[in-house]
Amino acid sequence: MSTTALPQSYMTNRATTTIEWIKSWLFTVDHKRIAILYLLSINFYFLLGGMAASMVRIELVTPQGDLMSADMYNRMFTLHGVIMVFFFLIPAVPAVLGNFLVPLMIGARDLAFPRINLLSWYLYMGGGLFALTAAVFGGVDTGWTFYTPFSSTYSNSNVILTITGAFIMGFSSILTGLNFIVTIHKMRAPGLTWFRLPLFIWANYATSLIQILATPVLGIALLLVMVERLWHVGIFDPALGGDPLLFQHLFWFYSHPAVYIMILPAMGVISELISTFSRKRVFGYEFIAFSSIAIAILGFLVWGHHMFVSSQSVYSGLVFSFITMLVAIPSAIKVFNWTATLYKGSISYRTPMLYALGFIGLFIIGGLTGIFLGVVAVDIHVTDTYFVVAHFHYVMVGGTIMAYLGGIHYWWPKMTGRMYNEVWGTISALVVFIGFNMTFFPQFVMGYLGMPRRYHVYPEEFQIYHVMSTAGASILAIGFIIPIIYLTLSLRYGKIAGDNPWDAPGLEWTTTSPPPTYNFEQTPIVTEEAYAFHPEAAHEDAENWRPGSPL
Amino acid sequence: MATTSHGHGQTPGLQHHFDTPGQQREAATLGMWAFLTTEIMLFGGIFMAYTVFRWAYPEIWATAATHLNTPLAAINTVVLLVSSLTVALAVHAAQEGNRRQVVTLLLVTMVLGASFLGIKFTEYGEKFAHCAGYANPVAWMTGGERLAEPECLVPGTGFLFPAEASASSGEAAVAAQPGMKSPHQLFFFLYFCATGLHAIHMVIGLAVVGTIAWMASRGRFSPEYYTPVEIGGLYWHLIDIIWVFLFPLFYLV
Repeated sequence: MSTTALPQSYMTNRATTTIEWIKSWLFTVDHKRIAILYLLSINFYFLLGGMAASMVRIELVTPQGDLMSADMYNRMFTLHGVIMVFFFLIPAVPAVLGNFLVPLMIGARDLAFPRINLLSWYLYMGGGLFALTAAVFGGVDTGWTFYTPFSSTYSNSNVILTITGAFIMGFSSILTGLNFIVTIHKMRAPGLTWFRLPLFIWANYATSLIQILATPVLGIALLLVMVERLWHVGIFDPALGGDPLLFQHLFWFYSHPAVYIMILPAMGVISELISTFSRKRVFGYEFIAFSSIAIAILGFLVWGHHMFVSSQSVYSGLVFSFITMLVAIPSAIKVFNWTATLYKGSISYRTPMLYALGFIGLFIIGGLTGIFLGVVAVDIHVTDTYFVVAHFHYVMVGGTIMAYLGGIHYWWPKMTGRMYNEVWGTISALVVFIGFNMTFFPQFVMGYLGMPRRYHVYPEEFQIYHVMSTAGASILAIGFIIPIIYLTLSLRYGKIAGDNPWDAPGLEWTTTSPPPTYNFEQTPIVTEEAYAFHPEAAHEDAENWRPGSPL
Repeated sequence: MATTSHGHGQTPGLQHHFDTPGQQREAATLGMWAFLTTEIMLFGGIFMAYTVFRWAYPEIWATAATHLNTPLAAINTVVLLVSSLTVALAVHAAQEGNRRQVVTLLLVTMVLGASFLGIKFTEYGEKFAHCAGYANPVAWMTGGERLAEPECLVPGTGFLFPAEASASSGEAAVAAQPGMKSPHQLFFFLYFCATGLHAIHMVIGLAVVGTIAWMASRGRFSPEYYTPVEIGGLYWHLIDIIWVFLFPLFYLV
């Protein structure tokens, strides 16, 4: 594209006054604008959760509790956990990238229920407001898991406010999932059959199934805790013959599938990135598509592996352990297929690809340690140690954030119409990868050696690992700040991207960047499978290659 | 980008992002079914808790259930089933384009729904009146008849199950550990949570049916477009069917 100005798009505004301009964003029903609203608010919560994490890491530099009291420390890691899990990881990829891309990728003008989509953003903000209020008035000390009877009977912190926040946010998540399911079923462009859908759509479909089936169970569990705190009587109270473990069952029935809410859409992003930057169709398309569904289904059957030491029966422990192993199969299918896609591909190491490769590395470490933890005997040894902390950060954070950042970079030209700075992009991807490993790898070691989680005072022998981890966290923080700066700058100074800067297939690249309000001038008609790279594409790339050229 | 390029002429109720009324209708219906699944999972947590504790304390469940007002609940069941019938008839009337009949039937549904809530609150009132020491809600307000045998079935500090008062009875033995109260309270806690959550859904349902009745009276629907009546009806049937499960589980143990 030779013009220097961006085309008329969903961002263009006819508003003349500031008030009108604000209204045009806050009352928008355009899925792309709502995605931008989510992008801003989710990143705000990410920074907030990151600050809480920094406080935790700074406290842990020394073995003594010199920065915070034990109680303050509890509140800090709870704030970190609640914000990161409920307000960043769960909505990150579906609500930002999913909202923006699902209609574009299937050739629809909007999601099926645009107003419900806006409502879900307001619910998200409402839930966030409750959680923030709770934090301002002293925070919560229960950990993000709200285990009873601590959360129901003994905790004297703002449990009700926080739980209300998580409860409301849950409905936001349900509505997003519901919207995606209906949209994917009913609004695909002519010719776009299920097996021509991009894998990102399959992944979001699987995620949505989990969202609508699992989230309400968390809702009712949290509601029961709330009632129990208000009226001092409830079914989780052992003094009445109630069962605190029932809460754990209900909680993990949601919260284990919830980690697949985080990782499945991230895997969908990775499939797109790997294919585009290898210039090859994804190897084993059907296997990747069905492995998403398989993970979603198996995810509902493994919650007991969080409860190996909770006095559940040995036999149910073994069954849960066995089913947990089964999750490794669809996960491995994905990783093998991605690597097979790379094989003989025309690989270009652009920023999104670096994030995607980083994802595979981190996910393999996180996934394999997940298998260790799925074995009952090993799990009992390392339960509630930093080994577990490191494992779930590798999967949830290493997985989701790498894909989230990779996806943001990849679709940034589509969302804003401008390119980000490639040099800084490369630097940030490397800094994040190094910082992440430096933060969390030492935690595997100290966890295996016996450092328990959630303690702010620890024996001196663990200090070296904690110092390494904190140093890594500082690098990681820099890695997150760099993209914020150059991405913001690119809005003004970035090169005009054009419709399809990556020369990628996929309907979202056929419309202008940024897309017009109704996405497509004419409803597209699909005649090819997804990832239809033509055989000569690789040769053309090789011939056109110059130092610094985009591909 | 010309916003008129996808105009749909005068098809009533068709939103801009759908191609055909059929597509819009299918989307709305699928969306409602997905939402109903969510609702079932929400109640599922309570049914799960019910199962766990009924399994743990079967005798206690059997004795506690006799202290609920089964005749009133039976009347309520009939009221709610009839309201489901009127909703179904309203959908049929909408299909035939009979506006008057739609509005009438939806209003009848609302009256039935409101009576259900009225009867439900009478039941609740009875339990609270017992805690205050009166025989029934009317006596409580007028300061009339006192309750012969002390009883308080509202979970909380004042909870008193009559059989518990005579400590030697069989159920109390379950709670043999010192400082532990008998699990009767769990039954009533679940009873109040489940029926309370159901009542909240009834209130929402009344608002939904009310809105649809208002829309119908303004002539928003036609035989070609009556999706709100249909999916509003689906929601009402869900509330109904949840009660159909709650009634035997709590009253007819």
